[in-house]
Amino acid sequence: MARVIVVTSGKGGVGKTTTSASFSAGLALKGFKVAVIDFDVGLRNLDLIMGCERRVVYDFVNVVQGEASLKQALIKDKKTPNLYILAASQTRDKDALTLEGVGKVIDDLKADGFDYIICDSPAGIEKGAQLALYYADEAVIVTNPEVSSVRDSDRILGILQAKSKRAIDGETPVVEHLILTRYNPSRVAAGEMLAMQDVVELLSVDLLGVVPESEEVLQASNAGIPVILNEDTSASEAYKDIVDRFLGENKPQRFLTVEHKSLFKKLFGK
Amino acid sequence: MALLDYLLGQKKKPSAMQARDRLQILLAHERLQAKAPDYLPKLREEILQVIAKYVDIDDENLQISLDEENGFEVLELNLILPESKR
Repeated sequence: MARVIVVTSGKGGVGKTTTSASFSAGLALKGFKVAVIDFDVGLRNLDLIMGCERRVVYDFVNVVQGEASLKQALIKDKKTPNLYILAASQTRDKDALTLEGVGKVIDDLKADGFDYIICDSPAGIEKGAQLALYYADEAVIVTNPEVSSVRDSDRILGILQAKSKRAIDGETPVVEHLILTRYNPSRVAAGEMLAMQDVVELLSVDLLGVVPESEEVLQASNAGIPVILNEDTSASEAYKDIVDRFLGENKPQRFLTVEHKSLFKKLFGK
Repeated sequence: MALLDYLLGQKKKPSAMQARDRLQILLAHERLQAKAPDYLPKLREEILQVIAKYVDIDDENLQISLDEENGFEVLELNLILPESKR
């Protein structure tokens, strides 16, 4: 049975699209058929992060409005098999998406045999964000260890618990997961940054994983490659762990303490 | 400055702890607010009108909040009466 997963945060710039790209690529690498949808109409970026910006012909809005078929609009990823991208429209306004229209696209994706449908939410708590989370079975909350991000995450959790289809229909609630991004263990150790335990306690959401702050994320987005595919980087390892934990594997949390590079690594390693 | 603080043995609360403490209070407050029934502002308005018939009070001197205590929902009404003129 297909699962719909929303990647959301309330606040902008915390790593939703980075996470959507790596999470969906990670699930596809495990052999699942995955579609990732950019809900940020007018400010599309998922295509750029995933490196398929020049192959966008039709978008999500075209499909919702019946101007293109789902088959025409789905972009097959070149790097990862089983991964498909549905880009947001860059020119239309947010009202182009309707609840019924989005519901039909999700139903059609399910009928097409997709295992996971990842909804990359826009920032904010307005219509776009609410549409992205409405049909969700599970939610990945992306949070930075920083006061405004934690507050906004709490707000979006409240909206999930009140305005998602599952909440309105009185079904089993949306399963919530937390991904803490831009984590800097040395600043946490110095008492300058909220610790993982504090954020988990404040939001009372199960932690899927911690992604350390790293230069690799920017480098991956520069190149248009989901960072999970950049082997042997900490961000890639972190996202692989996250996918494994999501699929039920019991992996201990990593990247919580400062790693001391050995002299050998300093001299010869990356 | 940090070195001076260190030498003088002054210890400030780490900023991460400040962040945690501030968020604890804020989130508890905001969660209650989000749960508060929609009629609360209107209720407040009408209560204010009734009181205004008898006493001359300021809009800010009436506070209504919904809290939870020992599993009970408590509607708290706080009114500051003006000092009576003699």
